[in-house]
Amino acid sequence: MTELAWIENALTGARPQAVAALLRYFRDLDRAEEAFQEACLRAMKSWPVNGPPRDPAAWLIFVGRNATLDHLRRDSRNTALPDEERISDLEDVEADMAERLDDAHYRDDILRLMFVCCHPDLPATQQVALALRIVSGLSVREIASAFLVNEKAMEQRITRAKRRVSQANIPFAAPDAAERATRLGAVAAMLYLVFNEGYSASGGADMVRASLCEEAIRLARLLLRLFPAEPEIMGLLALMLLQHARSKARVDAEGNAVLLDDQDRNLWNRSQIDEGLALVEKALRHRAPGVYQVQAAIAALHARAAKPEDTDWEEIDLLYQMLERLQPSPVITLNRSVAISKMNGAQSALDLIAPLAERLSGYFYYHGVRGAYLSELGRAGEAREAFGRAIALARTPAEAAHIRQHLDKLSKKNSA
Amino acid sequence: MLYAILCYHDEDVVMSWTKEEDDAVLAKRHKVQQELVDKGRMGPALRLLPTSAATTIRNSGDEQLVLDGPFAETKEQLLGFYVVDCESLEEVIDFAKRMKEGENTCTFEIRPMSIFQTGNLSGKETLAS
Repeated sequence: MTELAWIENALTGARPQAVAALLRYFRDLDRAEEAFQEACLRAMKSWPVNGPPRDPAAWLIFVGRNATLDHLRRDSRNTALPDEERISDLEDVEADMAERLDDAHYRDDILRLMFVCCHPDLPATQQVALALRIVSGLSVREIASAFLVNEKAMEQRITRAKRRVSQANIPFAAPDAAERATRLGAVAAMLYLVFNEGYSASGGADMVRASLCEEAIRLARLLLRLFPAEPEIMGLLALMLLQHARSKARVDAEGNAVLLDDQDRNLWNRSQIDEGLALVEKALRHRAPGVYQVQAAIAALHARAAKPEDTDWEEIDLLYQMLERLQPSPVITLNRSVAISKMNGAQSALDLIAPLAERLSGYFYYHGVRGAYLSELGRAGEAREAFGRAIALARTPAEAAHIRQHLDKLSKKNSA
Repeated sequence: MLYAILCYHDEDVVMSWTKEEDDAVLAKRHKVQQELVDKGRMGPALRLLPTSAATTIRNSGDEQLVLDGPFAETKEQLLGFYVVDCESLEEVIDFAKRMKEGENTCTFEIRPMSIFQTGNLSGKETLAS
């Protein structure tokens, strides 16, 4: 790795902790970010000469805070300027800072920084954009290309979101246990949004999208290290790892989506699966089921099956039933119908989803799945109609292409 | 003499590596290992999953507690280790230094070791099996 690369990695690794502490100190997002930027500039100058500090985050917090205080003093023309040398030898101060940072409250700093992005007034996409900008430090251009919008539009979106957040009162007092649990829940949902932004849509800037998934995973790992005994955070991280492990197999050479049954399982990422399975096991020991854990447990059953026919559909059906109880939603019933079709055939699956018709009439997957069941039962005309509706509701070219594959298969079957 | 080379690094930093950077580090180390492989003196190399996957058992008096997370909260974490058979401390230091080349932020600890039990794993075991 080049010198610049290791410095950049150290800065990326330290960013959430450093910005979070600076936010507590200055109680202002923009100022915290500026302070961090300033500290990074100084790190680029100092680290290649003096070597990396023992604790990069502590160094950045200390230098960022002092530099910003200097600027403030300079602006108010109060005192003489402190010289650069004063902060060049940080040995003792660093140790002192590190000790204080190991205190529990830096957990709450990072949680607060993430929580700031989850303001309930912000629409999902703005939460995601804000988190990528503030917590991850992605550039506006990178975020814009992930969302397939131009840079200027994204800049405005983030500025608006920041204004909204700064008008809200960011709670700086240390949270009590109930408040901490609320924040963790909101942050978990936001991280899953970041992940899904990278996972769901394909086409366009695929590389950028994959990196959104990896960023969500990185932040979830960080969160779990801060709150190591939270089973839902274990579940969230496991769910993301197990889904992301399939990313290479999900798209074929032409860029078309490949269904789970047809994926080359050798392309699944073994180490991500191992980590995901380990976390599911750890979480289940707590006997406190939650939506992320149950979804992770379902993903784990798919990951454990070497061949599609080895999949434990009975267990998956039970887990979906549990999910329906935890979070009633027609989409979950739709997903459960896949397990039912594998166990009892397409007719049972159709019966299960029939009552959902009204609520899911505008949902792409409903018509896609329904078309697949109808086509399995040889009801070609109805299947074609369902696929037609699905194509009309497709949000991406990849989704539409996927349904066209179904239609092609249907025509072949009929002409054969 | 058997030595373990324990690799410590700040997990936050390693987790920010791209797949390419990670591969490059392993490939670079692998090249250096080849000389010991050729001499038949390279032992297993193990990578530990992130500390978030760790579970710790410790006693509170007579009661055994099973806790989530690693044994100790430290700035750097033990992320993996190599087992090598070297003639002398000098040789293993030289070997470890060359493996570590260019990795300014990680720390290697060399610990002489003895094999207590060889075990009977094939090396192909995974969590999913």
